[in-house]
Parts: sequence; structure tokens; C-alpha cells
Amino acid sequence: MDSASEKLFQDKVDQDIRIEPKDWMPEAYRKTLIRQISQHAHSEIVGMLPEANWITRAPSLRRKATLIAKVQDEAGHGLYLYSAAETLGVSRDEMIGQLHSGKAKYSSIFNYPTLTWADMGAIGWLVDGAAIMNQVPLCRASYGPYARAMVRICKEESFHQRQGFEILLVLSRGSEAQRRMCQDAIDRWWWPSVMMFGPNDDASPHTAQSMQWKIKRFTNDELRQKFVDVCAEQVKLLGMTLPDAALRWNEERQHYDFGSINWEEFWNVVNGNGPCNRQRLAARVKAHEDGAWVREAAVAHAEKKIQYGKTA
Amino acid sequence: MEKQHSWPLWEIFIRSKQGLDHKHVGSLHAADAAMAIENARDVYTRRMEGVSIWVVESKYIHASNPDDAAAFYDPANDKVYRHPTFYDLPDELKHM
Repeated sequence: MDSASEKLFQDKVDQDIRIEPKDWMPEAYRKTLIRQISQHAHSEIVGMLPEANWITRAPSLRRKATLIAKVQDEAGHGLYLYSAAETLGVSRDEMIGQLHSGKAKYSSIFNYPTLTWADMGAIGWLVDGAAIMNQVPLCRASYGPYARAMVRICKEESFHQRQGFEILLVLSRGSEAQRRMCQDAIDRWWWPSVMMFGPNDDASPHTAQSMQWKIKRFTNDELRQKFVDVCAEQVKLLGMTLPDAALRWNEERQHYDFGSINWEEFWNVVNGNGPCNRQRLAARVKAHEDGAWVREAAVAHAEKKIQYGKTA
Repeated sequence: MEKQHSWPLWEIFIRSKQGLDHKHVGSLHAADAAMAIENARDVYTRRMEGVSIWVVESKYIHASNPDDAAAFYDPANDKVYRHPTFYDLPDELKHM
């Protein structure tokens, strides 16, 4: 029975027929998706923190309104994704619990500090740029609720990237100090952004299965190469440089060659020892605990209304 | 230990403009219907995606079973005569 179901399932996936919540699916598919989607949701939620840091210090009202809208989008993206994960049978409380206990991961990029205003530009351009590279193919993921959430997210991400590049562009045309600040932000965010695509393909044992299931449509290295190729051109418009001495166009490959990644740093941050890991988690846990009375009050209010026979 | 108060799940339907159907867009948690509508506005209509919102607590949605899909939808499968193209008419016939 199970192997027949499994074959039917894979046939559907192969034909690009979406899998929906009540359809039969292999347990490993369900588990992998829950991990993948909830990790992505956590990344959106934790990703609000480094930017929230600059809302009160944005240099103009226009920048402030933009940054608030962007952070609000990220909250929304987290919610779309949590809902998609919930259709697989995991509860919201369970996911939040896993984030707060450190059992669940989120994108390591958010464990780096945002030291200057230019970081808001670099995050929009590079971090959101890398995220978009990853996310656009997932609009065709095999799991319906996930793919639909990704469509919504990708529509909204484009503004995030463009506003980031605009921040850097303005700085790059500014004073000497502003230009230095711009280059410094690029220097600090470049490598962590390149690492966002995850380990090299030969160190990524689950890629083949995930690609067969179509919950991953390109390998880490394919996406990373695409990202480097795009950014190496875009940075010229800023008159800035990417901090990689080995970066050069390879005519034969028709791609940019680039230097080797510091995987030791990557694993260090993944394993909790990045510059801001503790601070980010502590901020999340505090927000959740401080909000407990609001959640309880809302439930009490809803129950009371039912008691008095009034519905909303 | 904090008592767990999980808010129920709601399915959200949005009418994108007057004249169109409400369409399912996703779900969210809220303590009651009023909060579900307000949250739906913030989560699903940040860019003027809607002019009207319906919320339904997820537990009240009943769905057909995908395992029965073949048998369930089968009766419609062999009734091609329900479609206008089934009927053989001369090309000269106009306005039909």
C-alpha cells in the first residue's frame, strides 16, 4: 500500500501536480517540509530585529516609513509561512517553542549586527537579494500552501531589494564619509550573504531528495553562482567593490569565479556562536513572554463575549 | 508555568474588488472574529488587495476527501453533452 501511494505521490510531483494538505504524502516529505517552512518563517520573524534597530534612527521620514513597511512585511511573511507549515499538522505553539529553545534554526545572516545606516541598504540589496534568488524558484514548489505563500512573498520582496539598493546608491553619491560607510557595509555583508545559500553541494546530502520532491528547485551552488554573477555587475553601478580579490569574470564558464568561503565561520554562526545569536533569541523570547498577558486577555475577552451571547 | 492559550485558526477569504468573488488567501490565528478580521487586514491586504474580508473558523470548514476524488467526480466525466462544443452544427450558422 505504502509503496503504491509513494509511487502515486512521486508521479504527481513529477507531473507538477501540486500536493495539497489532505493528500497522502510520505512522512519524510512532511517532516522535511515542516522543518524547511518553519525555518523560513523563523528567519522572517528574527529578521525583523536587525532592522528594527534602525527604525528610530532612519535619516528621513521617507526612509523611516519605508523601513517600517518592510519590517511589517517580514512579520506578514512569517505569518504566511507559519500558516503553511500548520497545514502539515504542526502547531504554531510547537514551532515557536522550537525557535525559542534553540532547537529550530533560522537564517544565520540575522546573527550579524547592524552597525550603521548603510547596513539597511546592504541588507536590502544583498540579504534580500539572496533571499529572492532562493525564493523565486520555490513559487513552483510541489506543496501547494508553501508555493502560494512564496508567490505572495516574492511579490513583496522586490520592493525590499530595490529600497536597499537605493539607500546605497544615495550614499555612494554622497560625501567621502558616506561613501566609506557604503563600502564598509558591503564589505561586512557580502560574505555572510554568499553563505546564505548554505553548504556546497557536495556537503549537502539532502539536496538530491529535496530536488526529487521539488521542494528545492536548484542546488545551493547553482543559486550562489547566480547571485554572485548578478551582484558583481550591480556593484559597478555603485562605484563600490565586493570584498573578494579572487572575483573575476571567467569567459570560458561564462560566470564569475569567486574566492573560497570561510566555512568555519559559517558553522560557528549556525551553531550559536555568531556575534548576535544570544541577543536575537533573547529579544524573541522576551517579546513572547511580555506579550503573554495580551494573548490571555484576548482569550478571556472572547470567552466572555460568548458567555454573554454576543458574537463579534 | 504559563497556561497555554492558543488562539483558534481562521480561514481568510478576500474580495479583491467589487464584483468579484471572495477568494481563499490563507489562514491566521485570532481570539475572535473581530480580531481575525483586523489581523487579516494587516496580514493579507497591506497593498490594497481587498475591499471585503470574510473569516471562518477553520474547524467549521468541511472538505471533500481527496482519496475519494476519482469516484466522487467520476459522474461528470462522461457527460460531454453538457458542453456546447458537443453539438454538430454547420459553420454557416451564425450568432450561436
